[in-house]
Amino acid sequence: MKTLPLTLSGLEPLIITEDSNFVNVGERTNVTGSKRFLNTIKNKDYDQALKIALDQVQGGAQILDVNMDEGMLDSAQEMTHFLNLIASEPDIAKIPIMIDSSKWEVILAGLKCLQGKGVVNSISLKDGEEEFLRRAKTVRRFGAAVICMAFDEDGQADTLNRRKEICGRAYKLLTKEAGFHPSDIILDPNIFPVATGMEEHRRNALDFFKAARWIRENLPGAHVIGGVSNVSFSFRGNNRVREAIHSAFLYHAIEHGMDMGIVNPTQLEVYDDIPEELLTRVEDVLFDRREDATERLLELAEEYKGESSASKDRTDLEWRSRTVEERIKHSLVKGINEFVEEDAEEARQKYGSPLQVIEGPLMDGMNVVGDLFGSGKMFLPQVVKSARVMKQAVAYLTPYLEQEKADNLDTSEQPKVLLATVKGDVHDIGKNIVSVVLACNNYQVVDLGVMVPADKILDEAEKHKVDAIGLSGLITPSLDEMIYVAREMKKRKMELPLLIGGATTSRLHTAVKIDPEYEGSIIHVLDASRAVTMAGDVINPKKKEGIRKQIKQEYVDLREQHESRQTAKKLITFEEARANKISIDWDDYEPVQPSFLGNKVFDDYPISELRNYIDWSPFFRTWMLTGKYPDILNDEEVGEQATALFHDAQSLIDRIIKGNLLKAKGVIGFYPAMSYGDDIRLITDDIENAPDITFHFLRQQNQKRRGQPNSSLADFIAPHDSGIKDHMGFFAVTAGIGIEELIKEFEAKHDDYNIILVKAVADRLAEAFAERMHERVRKEFWGYSNEETFTNEDLIAEKYSGIRPAPGYPACPDHTEKRTLFDLLNVEDEVQIELTESFAMYPASSVSGFYFSHPQSRYFRVGGIGEDQVADYAKRKSVSKEEVEKWLSSIIDYQ
Amino acid sequence: MNLEHALQERILILDGAMGTMIQRYKLKEADFRGERFKDHPDDLQGNNDLLSLTRPDIIKAIHEEYLEAGADLVETNTFSGTSVAQADYGLESVVYELNKRSAEIAKEATTKYTKKNPDRPRFVIGSMGPTNKTASISPEVTDPAFRAITFDELAAAYKEQARGLMDGGADALLVETIFDTLNAKAALFAIQELFEERGEKIPILVSGTITDASGRTLSGQTVEAFLISVSHAPILSVGFNCALGARQLKPYLKNLSDRSPFYISAYPNAGLPNEFGEYDEGPDEMGGQVKEYLEDGLVNILGGCCGTTPDHIKRMAEMAQHYKPRKVKRTEGVLVR
Repeated sequence: MKTLPLTLSGLEPLIITEDSNFVNVGERTNVTGSKRFLNTIKNKDYDQALKIALDQVQGGAQILDVNMDEGMLDSAQEMTHFLNLIASEPDIAKIPIMIDSSKWEVILAGLKCLQGKGVVNSISLKDGEEEFLRRAKTVRRFGAAVICMAFDEDGQADTLNRRKEICGRAYKLLTKEAGFHPSDIILDPNIFPVATGMEEHRRNALDFFKAARWIRENLPGAHVIGGVSNVSFSFRGNNRVREAIHSAFLYHAIEHGMDMGIVNPTQLEVYDDIPEELLTRVEDVLFDRREDATERLLELAEEYKGESSASKDRTDLEWRSRTVEERIKHSLVKGINEFVEEDAEEARQKYGSPLQVIEGPLMDGMNVVGDLFGSGKMFLPQVVKSARVMKQAVAYLTPYLEQEKADNLDTSEQPKVLLATVKGDVHDIGKNIVSVVLACNNYQVVDLGVMVPADKILDEAEKHKVDAIGLSGLITPSLDEMIYVAREMKKRKMELPLLIGGATTSRLHTAVKIDPEYEGSIIHVLDASRAVTMAGDVINPKKKEGIRKQIKQEYVDLREQHESRQTAKKLITFEEARANKISIDWDDYEPVQPSFLGNKVFDDYPISELRNYIDWSPFFRTWMLTGKYPDILNDEEVGEQATALFHDAQSLIDRIIKGNLLKAKGVIGFYPAMSYGDDIRLITDDIENAPDITFHFLRQQNQKRRGQPNSSLADFIAPHDSGIKDHMGFFAVTAGIGIEELIKEFEAKHDDYNIILVKAVADRLAEAFAERMHERVRKEFWGYSNEETFTNEDLIAEKYSGIRPAPGYPACPDHTEKRTLFDLLNVEDEVQIELTESFAMYPASSVSGFYFSHPQSRYFRVGGIGEDQVADYAKRKSVSKEEVEKWLSSIIDYQ
Repeated sequence: MNLEHALQERILILDGAMGTMIQRYKLKEADFRGERFKDHPDDLQGNNDLLSLTRPDIIKAIHEEYLEAGADLVETNTFSGTSVAQADYGLESVVYELNKRSAEIAKEATTKYTKKNPDRPRFVIGSMGPTNKTASISPEVTDPAFRAITFDELAAAYKEQARGLMDGGADALLVETIFDTLNAKAALFAIQELFEERGEKIPILVSGTITDASGRTLSGQTVEAFLISVSHAPILSVGFNCALGARQLKPYLKNLSDRSPFYISAYPNAGLPNEFGEYDEGPDEMGGQVKEYLEDGLVNILGGCCGTTPDHIKRMAEMAQHYKPRKVKRTEGVLVR
């Protein structure tokens, strides 16, 4: 049964569904748990108390627990006062409040201050059923959710059976008598310390796990919560071990159904980072796996005394005593964002102007980052983290900056670069990286995003008075769009330098096709690391004219070389190419029939399965770390960075899976097919509602060595006159459903690192999905290769039989064929991938293509094609020759 | 036929502004005082609620004008009828009477019209305004923890008002123009307590106010947070009124309508106030905007707030009869997504 979500609110909603990620309750605003907070309250230092609350929210707490239970305090009065103060701080008040007290009158006082729907922590059956119900009904009338502790007239539940008995009883009373919706009930089955040495405590963790699972299975809709720090009580003073216990406990408690927790995030180690030996011994204790589990953990714990897993820079705060300039530099270089706002504020006061802070210590720090990056001592992931810190500081200073601008019309000297992914294209990882790298090097970046029409690019460039324009694109039609932008710049008589970048662009294409269109500087930028020097050269007033002339000349030379080579390397005629097709002996061929015909949709494919199919090497290339996975993790030069990046990617995937943050959807289809020359026609008479469909392919036309065929994909399907019943397969998969939401979260935090990470990971997941689907097609759905047993490395090396070429890529370079494919599979409706006007797929992390099963089928590059083939192709497609030339311009090999 | 049955059948029309109509009578201090309060120490002009006691003829006439225009629901003249709001006039002592009498006047008017056409019953809606104090915002800039009013004080005042309205025959209670959700929660708390004491219930309607283009209430809540914060109470409908014109309100109404398991009400102002603080969208102009609510199936209860008149209401009533009411997905008071 699908239960209703638990809905809570502060100024903003919090909706906790069954599929929600673990909900983290901030616990530092608790006088019993935090000495620091107790002192601030005792000293009436409420500003500091609010700061602690704000830190919790910014640290990711989704609910804020507030506890004032201390003998020396007037708890009810303090609760009221503090909650009233919080109500005046929108950044804190946005999340729901958990009123935490063992005293009923304090809970009441708290409830009277909450405009949102909070949580009462807690009530129990300790004082009997009548009192329990009276309180429960009151809580309900105030409109709060309730935590019910496993505690009854006989005391606290300390065995599995007692936990079940009390939780079951409370649930029944709350739902049947007090009118609670099950989703508003949060049960706390008591976390007790482990490894105390006492025999009766041996099952403390295990019984909690089992109780959590029992609740989720037997008390529908109810949630399970626990205060995690209790579990490691016996290891006070040994942070390393405590952190390991917390993480391991949390990991397993969540597995067992605990969906909310009171956890101090700074006292957690990354589960995967717990040393194996320590983890084993901790888990031996948690699961009561061996007689001597406690002794063995205590023994090992000795070795970890005095350590903490939190990185040295976070705990070792020696650097905090240096000058503000030094501190800012340290934060930037190390990518630490905790202190940057307070340091920016201190610098602002010291310098008297926010602009001088940015141009002074912040830029100085970023220059150090830029130098380290330039000399290969820092790597891109680190640089992006530094940029995040920089952005946060600038965001903090912006209001002051605006004030200052209003006061005096001083404008900054920073050069400005406009960046955009051109119309029809949605790919922006590379562009975003360039944006970050430029920003790190004292450029002001105007980033227009993706799918930006030429007019808008040029209007904005004029409006912002930028010093250069950078265009990016990944798919081949984007090349034409770039040519168009260059032409428009000429029409507008602009003189701005134009930078060209993106996976599909090349120096040659830029020289041959773009450069002649525009008099100003046009320069191809191979990768992000070159962007800074190149932008600097073309903008620098002293250098720029010289550079322009120099590059123009280089491109002229390139064009001439290219032309001379062209005339040398002749194409054969289309007719000759056709005659030289691959020879396949169809007479002896018995194609395997697919297990079904028509389409099959996969609505929510488990990402947990796909992650095992990821080809990681391209992921590292995205981040400009070169090397092959997994060797790259131990690479002498980049290993450390690659490992850190890899961990971040892995935990992101964990988060994606737990929170169901991205959805993978796909559709495949199989149809009877036969080839007619270079076309493949589907035979759809027997399939209901199937349209009449033909796919058009292109053939290699370059001069081949003897014995080498001029290939076309059509050759891999049995010809119509062969009498063989052959089939062709189709697919479209995406792992990007939901990516906007995820990215929005990071955009709000100016967190480019995670934005790029999310996109890069989603791309990898989509490719993994294509890989996995292809495997299942071979073994299961088409089943022509059901005996194969390949490792992921084998799959990446394409050791399997059959191919899955994608339209727009070398074997079938025409992107427009995607339209036919999408119609056939009903892709837009079934899996929500859209095609742009340039036939790019959105979400960008999507893959679509064809399946060919013939054992001789293989990948190839069509390469240059002649006018004769273009004319024939246009005729077959019933479109004009000009139309074909437009879409295939990158492979047209004639004037 | 009770209110909920009527809501299942058709879109119900709520009346328009009371204050705008009272202004047309150009009343003087003496009208407000009447015989009974002629020696009252405080100025009473502008205390519209008091007219229920001193000029019931006018209040009844306004109700009848709205009923004649096609309103199914008339609001009692009790927007400021709590001891908290009446303290400004030193009239805390007449609050119960004022509410009871106001409900009775409205009841006389609705009974008359229900009799005329028993197939289309008219209902008295007990208006419970926000008061002039906020429970979660400090009026003192330098002391953010200070509160001019407490939850308990508000709950007590609302309970007294609700008791008067119920005794006077109100068919439902409308907690309206909510700019601070904590005030509304105090009202809802008091109403539930009162229901329990009396052993009887009438429907509760709730209507919040989105203050400006931020899309939030004055106390800072988003539409969704507001909905969650009032969903615990046994309410029949939720909606928005005041502060914005129909066009500006629409996106927030849509958001609410998409998420709410309750019936939806909307009674916006006649546009945004002009530089003189007057509302000047006429019936046609406002009608054109409200029509979009109907076309998109957003509402179950439709009416007007500041600046709207019987002409506005007549226009809405004529339009609404051609549309089906919004469908409600009942899921026991919890947010549908």
